[in-house]
Amino acid sequence: MTTGKSTTLTKLIVVALGMFGFGFALVPFYYKICEVSGINSGDEQSLVKNTQVDTSRWVTIEFDANTNEGLPWQFTPVQHSLKVHPGQLIQVEYDVANNSDHAIVGQAVPSYGPARAGAFFRKIECFCFTPQKLAAGERRRMPVLFVLDPSMDKDLHTVTLSYTFFNTDTKAQTAALRKTGAHG
Amino acid sequence: MSDAAHAHDDHGHHAHPTGIMRWLTTTNHKDIGTMYLWFALIMLFSAGTMALLIRAELFHPGMQLMHPDFFNQLTTMHGLIMIFGAIMPAFTGFANWQVPLMLGAPDMAFPRMNNWSFWLLPVAGIMLLGSFLLPGGAVAGGWTMYPPLFIQGGVSYDLTILAVHIMGLSSIMGSINIITTILNMRAPGLTLMKMPLFCWTWLITAYLLIATMPVLAGAVTMLLTDRNFGTHFFNAAGGGDPVMFQHIFWFFGHPEVYILILPAFGIVSQIIPTFARKPLFGYASMVYATASIAILSFTVWAHHMFTTGMPVASQLFFMFSTMLIAVPTGVKVFNWVATMWKGSLTFETPMLFAIAFVCLFTIGGFSGLVLAMAPVDIQLQDTYYVVAHFHYVLVSGALFSIFAGIYFWLPKWTGHMYNETLGKTHFWLSVIGMNIVFFPMHFLGLAGMPRRIPDYALQFTEFNQIATVGAFIFGFSQLLFLAVVLKTIKGGAKASDRVWEGAEGLEWTVPSPAPYHTFETAPVVK
Repeated sequence: MTTGKSTTLTKLIVVALGMFGFGFALVPFYYKICEVSGINSGDEQSLVKNTQVDTSRWVTIEFDANTNEGLPWQFTPVQHSLKVHPGQLIQVEYDVANNSDHAIVGQAVPSYGPARAGAFFRKIECFCFTPQKLAAGERRRMPVLFVLDPSMDKDLHTVTLSYTFFNTDTKAQTAALRKTGAHG
Repeated sequence: MSDAAHAHDDHGHHAHPTGIMRWLTTTNHKDIGTMYLWFALIMLFSAGTMALLIRAELFHPGMQLMHPDFFNQLTTMHGLIMIFGAIMPAFTGFANWQVPLMLGAPDMAFPRMNNWSFWLLPVAGIMLLGSFLLPGGAVAGGWTMYPPLFIQGGVSYDLTILAVHIMGLSSIMGSINIITTILNMRAPGLTLMKMPLFCWTWLITAYLLIATMPVLAGAVTMLLTDRNFGTHFFNAAGGGDPVMFQHIFWFFGHPEVYILILPAFGIVSQIIPTFARKPLFGYASMVYATASIAILSFTVWAHHMFTTGMPVASQLFFMFSTMLIAVPTGVKVFNWVATMWKGSLTFETPMLFAIAFVCLFTIGGFSGLVLAMAPVDIQLQDTYYVVAHFHYVLVSGALFSIFAGIYFWLPKWTGHMYNETLGKTHFWLSVIGMNIVFFPMHFLGLAGMPRRIPDYALQFTEFNQIATVGAFIFGFSQLLFLAVVLKTIKGGAKASDRVWEGAEGLEWTVPSPAPYHTFETAPVVK
């Protein structure tokens, strides 16, 4: 009787201690399971995954920058072209500098080549959404964040995103136009 | 020399400590069972008072009585104390009293360890209740102890972790005692498959405790080292994963909910045959159903975590494994109903509580099935629907079975019959009050009221007021229960040895009240 009890006691204590260790073993165990089965690869889960990237094709995007005559600014894209998959989130930057001796407010207007590509540019953030004020001699880098809609026509292999900056002061604008008219 | 022999020496007729020392040094299973039950009752009233404060705050939308942080402390401590302080010790109290009596054993296998496993509990209880007085108040991160809140909190969090360690140790020691008693000390002829079902459910519960309590101890130890010793098990800042805690916690936590209900199944399975005057229908299937529930309980833990961003495949697995548990549980409910079928039923208080258990626990089981469905759960997670669900299984499940068991065995323990009129009054007040509190919570949850929040949107006002009124009816009717128990201890009609006309089993062969030492020579079971 007594030996029966102490055997049971020993076995149960071993089980209890074993389960205490098992609690700790669960930590690497869970990590391993997730790693092997790919259930919970932390980064993928924490980022919202864009499932609509069309990896079957490449599109080249060309970036172009112009200023209207009435605006004494220097305006250039930081990168001139990119090869992307439609659906991919893309961020590019433009470089702009005010070379005059006074502050000017300008507004950029986009255009697309070919024109039908414009319908597939989904802009999330763009400096063209608001007027930009640059102090005399100020230089700035401005981002554009966008996605090319994956439903974009398959025959479009190269598209152009072009910006033209206009002076929001309409008097300066007309004055500049007259000047070019006189020359012409 | 065996521990039982020691116990016998301690309580020999010549050297019997009196006063407080009797209770501090006792190794008698009946004394220890009594202390467990009184401890559970005190904790029931403490945590019940917290519940009433919570319901008082929720009587009106907006903040009325307390600071939101104190409200969070109340919800957290209500959960911790009810589970670890009230329900679990009450069941261990029943096991201490009844397992040796049912098996024809003179005492528990390790009486000294038994004394230890009880006296650890008041220490932990004082730590938990005392933490309200510490700077920053008691823990307020929810009874589930999730990081990051449990890593960030103040000194009471360390104290609570220590209290959980102590209560876990107490449960493990208690379980070792119960398993060893059942496996080694049954009367000659009492085979495992002849054991009363209460012993079976406790045997399986004790195995669950031994398998899961150490895992909880490990989880809270990791919390402790994350807090104080610079480890990063769950601390995302150091590369840990807070969701990892949830996986480890619920590996303990889900078997724990069966730890809280399997002994209740056992008690009800003793009571229903007695008052139906028929043997339990499907005894073997009851044993296998209990074992199946216990085994399945290890495969369902992540159904508590459907909203943590699990892949669909895991959600499906945990959803179906959870629903599978309804099968053995359904077997049990069927067997209880079949036991009553065409029986000569009488409706004394224990039977009333047992029948209420079968009906209301089934409601709680069904709302559990609703929550098991992953798409539904994502909608209902952390709403009052969940609160309604687990109170139906824990109040009208676990707690009602405890009331049933007390009324059932109190005549055997005290030698007096309780007052049947008062008992029935207590039953009706409890069952009506309980439904007024918790039934409206289903609707509140479906309408989107979140749990653990001290304020709510105006449209939830009426149902919250109904619930609060019910809570006060239910809460104060437990004072009647206390009165009935005290009255029965002091006196009352003399109880016969068998107490109930339909009672079967060894515990009814000893005199009422059960003498201090029973079965010093083992009875023979044919």
